[in-house]
Amino acid sequence: MAGGASDTVVRTGRTSRFVIYTILTVFCIYYLLPLYVMVVNSLKPLDEIRGGGMLSLPQAWTLAPWSSAWSTAQIGVEATGLRPYFLNSILMVVPAVVISTLLGALNGYVLTKWRFRGDTIIFGLMLFGCFIPFQMVLIPMARMLGLMGLAGTVPGLVFVHLVYGIGFSTLYFRNYYAQFPTELVRAAMIDGAGFFKIFQRIMLPSSGPIAVVCIIWQFTNIWNDFLFGASFADFDSQPMTVALNNLVSSSTGVKEYNVHFAGAIMAALPTLLVYVVAGRFFVRGLMAGSVKG
Amino acid sequence: MGFLDIKKATKSYGAMQVLHETNISVEEGEFLVLVGPSGCGKSTLLNMIAGLEEVTSGEIAIRNQRMNEVRPADRNIAMVFQSYALYPNMNVAQNIAFGLEMHGVPKPKRDEAVRDVAELLQITQLLTRKPGQLSGGQRQRVAMGRALVRDPDVFLFDEPLSNLDAKLRVDMRTEIKKLHQKLGTTIVYVTHDQIEALTLSTRIAVMFGGHVQQLGTPKEIYDNPANMFVAGFMGSPSMNLFQAKIAVANGVPQAEFSLESGQIGVLPIVDPSVASHAGRSVILGIRPEAITDLDGADRNSKAIHTVKANVEITEPAGSDTFVVSAFGGTEITGRFRADVDVKPGDVFPFAVNMEKAVLFDPETEQRI
Repeated sequence: MAGGASDTVVRTGRTSRFVIYTILTVFCIYYLLPLYVMVVNSLKPLDEIRGGGMLSLPQAWTLAPWSSAWSTAQIGVEATGLRPYFLNSILMVVPAVVISTLLGALNGYVLTKWRFRGDTIIFGLMLFGCFIPFQMVLIPMARMLGLMGLAGTVPGLVFVHLVYGIGFSTLYFRNYYAQFPTELVRAAMIDGAGFFKIFQRIMLPSSGPIAVVCIIWQFTNIWNDFLFGASFADFDSQPMTVALNNLVSSSTGVKEYNVHFAGAIMAALPTLLVYVVAGRFFVRGLMAGSVKG
Repeated sequence: MGFLDIKKATKSYGAMQVLHETNISVEEGEFLVLVGPSGCGKSTLLNMIAGLEEVTSGEIAIRNQRMNEVRPADRNIAMVFQSYALYPNMNVAQNIAFGLEMHGVPKPKRDEAVRDVAELLQITQLLTRKPGQLSGGQRQRVAMGRALVRDPDVFLFDEPLSNLDAKLRVDMRTEIKKLHQKLGTTIVYVTHDQIEALTLSTRIAVMFGGHVQQLGTPKEIYDNPANMFVAGFMGSPSMNLFQAKIAVANGVPQAEFSLESGQIGVLPIVDPSVASHAGRSVILGIRPEAITDLDGADRNSKAIHTVKANVEITEPAGSDTFVVSAFGGTEITGRFRADVDVKPGDVFPFAVNMEKAVLFDPETEQRI
């Protein structure tokens, strides 16, 4: 090797590097600007916002808009703040994510390791389910929820998201398990493990990376969903997204922009948290060493 | 009635029959090797014994008990897979103990069993490692440990050495043979490597096209192949098979075949009954080690005959030199001593041990 040991494929000069970093910095600022505006304005009194200068830092720092958005702001007819709706969202999103991920894993396991006649058709139908537009199912789903006695409840929302989520989670796990060596399942069968034991002891512990992908995807989608929340929830079961809309559109008299900004950040925080926390467990190579590879 | 009986077993996928009626009876303590090229049905047969594939018709029995409907876990078998199939999320000790755990063996007993097996296979220092931290040979040992710990009636090996490099493969081969001699277990072993088959087995079933072509001891298979497939598949370099014509001279049958030089090579045949085939065309099969230089020929043989033939190519292989010529229009290889002075282009006397020659029918490819 005469060329020296650099990993860089393309050699860049000082000037081009300067240009590249400048462009990157500009884009970075461009993308971070909305977040900056939200954070800064949520920490200002309302007069400062009305006085113009959206981009300037607060002169009098205050957490009042946050506490107002959380516990006293007017949402719809009641001045409860976003707190109860935040709780609704948590109660909706956690079971929906956990159950849809587990069912997706189970489906993927069956579709790849316990194949049966017509399994590809079933998988095809599930895939098809992923791409049915939400609007199309609104009315039939409302009827179904009514029949099941779940209309206007948090469990009803969990059910709706579960139905929509299974298609995606099945797709993820099926494709992941398709790469999973079948000999491992056979070895476990000979070792005496049954259908669920194999799933629990062999498949699930090796599913870390895809489970994280699935959880991030489901959590983000379900948490951010507005249409189902607005359509199928009552006042006491509305999720965060719908409450945020109500907060912004139904305040009495003045528009409290600082409170709106604080509420919007609150609505976005959990998904951000999931990315930060779950992303850390997104490690590859869990499968290394089970088979020759 | 053997220990493991395969009775009229067949396997079909839809209309395609991948295993034709097969009968094999394995005695207790026997080491049966199923050998054949890919797609010959050997792995299918092994999976049927394991219970991983259903038996289409016929029966698999272990200790005289019909196994067709018994779950793999309840057949008291253990299997070593080609890919080792170690559970990636468990360490070595947990891997070995998993089968026992699933069968409800209490923890102290499991630990003891794992310790014993680990000692036997010399993997005690690896017990806390994950499969990903092991080398190929170590994984192989763990896979064997997982099978051994169950103390099963029958061990099934599915090409366990084919993922190892050449040297390790030879070492592990010896190790498996030692283990078999020490434990006296019944083993069914699948491989496509005919040398593995010959070295390890007490009996070999050579398979091709879903049929068992021949079942016998390694010596029977090697010396008396039942047909041309077995003759060509077993042995390396493989048996020389060339066209010859049977003639009778002075009451002794002989094989006549063309040589490069245009002359006719003549080799008397030991078995006098071949005379009844006079005038017929046959395939003569002679192993490379039965075609050699005159001084290297087997002194105990009473039927060494020489044929003067052109040397096309010599391939020195250290311990021997392989000499290529053409008999009956086909390339043949002789195994000469390493220091014989033979060069391409020479006309050289090839000493053929006709005691080791076998005859095949060119139409049916079966032995005559």
